[in-house]
Amino acid sequence: MKKVYAKEDVCIGCRLCEIACIVEHSASKDIVTAFKREEKRPARNVVEECGPVSFSVHCRHCDEPPCVQVCISGAMVKDPKTGRVRNILEKCVGCWSCVMACPYGVIKRDTRQGKVIKCDLCPDRDLPACVSACPNEALLYEEK
Amino acid sequence: MKYVIIGNGVAAIGAVEGIRQTDPQNPITIIAAEPYATYGRPLIANLLRGKIREADLAYRPEAFYRDNKVTLLLGRTVTKVDVAVHQVLLEDGDKVPYGKLLIATGGKPFIPPIQGKDGPDVYTFTTLDDARKLDALVGKIKQIVVIGGGLIGLKAAESLNDRNLDVTVVELADRILSTAFDQVAGNIIGNRLAEAGIEVITENSVKEIVRENDRVKGIILNDGQNRGCEAVVIAIGVIPNKDIIEGTGIETNRGIVVNDYLETSVADIYAAGDVAEALDLLSGERRVVPIWPNAYTQGQYAGRNMAGARVTYKGGLPMNSIEFYGIPTMSIGITNPNNDGYEILTKVLPEKNVYRKIVLKDNILVGAVLVGEVERAGVLTGLIRKRVDVGGFKGELLKDIPSFTFLPKELRAEWLGA
Repeated sequence: MKKVYAKEDVCIGCRLCEIACIVEHSASKDIVTAFKREEKRPARNVVEECGPVSFSVHCRHCDEPPCVQVCISGAMVKDPKTGRVRNILEKCVGCWSCVMACPYGVIKRDTRQGKVIKCDLCPDRDLPACVSACPNEALLYEEK
Repeated sequence: MKYVIIGNGVAAIGAVEGIRQTDPQNPITIIAAEPYATYGRPLIANLLRGKIREADLAYRPEAFYRDNKVTLLLGRTVTKVDVAVHQVLLEDGDKVPYGKLLIATGGKPFIPPIQGKDGPDVYTFTTLDDARKLDALVGKIKQIVVIGGGLIGLKAAESLNDRNLDVTVVELADRILSTAFDQVAGNIIGNRLAEAGIEVITENSVKEIVRENDRVKGIILNDGQNRGCEAVVIAIGVIPNKDIIEGTGIETNRGIVVNDYLETSVADIYAAGDVAEALDLLSGERRVVPIWPNAYTQGQYAGRNMAGARVTYKGGLPMNSIEFYGIPTMSIGITNPNNDGYEILTKVLPEKNVYRKIVLKDNILVGAVLVGEVERAGVLTGLIRKRVDVGGFKGELLKDIPSFTFLPKELRAEWLGA
């Protein structure tokens, strides 16, 4: 399946991917409204920076997803057809087991609604928003 | 070929999904004493607390069993496994033949021989029925005592306290959460529970449950103190529920001993979950570690092997994530090393209810306790599983959010699949 891969050598640490992610997952899908008027949720990727090194970390939609194995409510599921791992928000009880299990550290706590949020590979788009937004082609959406 | 699974907890779900990865066709029968489709067992605390409804408990969609060609025999009790003729005997006299059998009967509450334990008003807290019974007490009684300050006991206490009962927790050890956590973590949570109105008594135990006309009236502690109460919840822990294999010759220790394919010592019989004594990743020994993730994963590996795939279970890693009154807590791997040779790094911010403990052996991360700050905890879990030498950056592991920037570039590229 296609996943988002990061090329750390060309990442400039601008974090536009995070902004694009937040906008895409907002109610309005409008950057000003999303940041000014809506309750802002965390981005679903993690941009790391240390000195000259920067890169973005994304959900790997694992073949044997630890987040699914540990989920106590059945909210975290891997779609057998698409291979995508998604969190059924209504079923999530905010126990944070998946946060503890994900070796990529890309499942985030949304403490305001008491649930986790994670990358869904932007089901409404052909190309995930983070990849579209990257100005230096540091993010690739491809099959490996 | 016919698959039979005894038990319908998360290990059974893992097994069905594992079998179907390899064998899409042959029939599966699940036999379980509880009359419900698999539910998120830990969620009974959320249910009792009033945070979710019974309809929210289902662990898989309604169509799961049909889609996976599973026949459910629920509310039926297995009395015996007849190894010689490959069949399972039920209490009502029915016989179910099996080609491959999985024993996934889970755990049952351990009840110590306390005087007065037998009779009405004494409860346990591991099933939906338990939660319903406790729910029915709300509004009818005022005081309740929970025996056991582990994860189950404290979750019961939190839920009952939120339902306006006066709750006292009695714990034998010198701290609550003694198995998975440590003194500092136990104190932070203990203080939070006390703030919320729960009385926590440690280094003490219930000598007697006092009854009057058969009904519970109170408890007497070992040191002579007493408390009035109208009900008692016993939540000391669970033990493997392995009675049905008596006479089969299946090797047992504390639990049912299984090899790296989740096979028992008897051909065509597998075991998984809280009843099984399976490989533990860090010690390399076989142990009963009754936690949800191990049950699912063992069930899944058992299922794949039952269906003919030959896959090796890599071993379970103890881990717990649980929140008490808004304080998230996690314990991963070895958190209370009991001998020398371990290095321990800690950070405590009492005013913020933050505690972080990192346990290392020869510069390899083997365990962590996280209270209050748990973001990206899975990166630590990954470091434990991959046995990464963290000697060069171990101090960084105490920071609030773990980072990949400290890993050597090649390892990072391999890890992240860049």
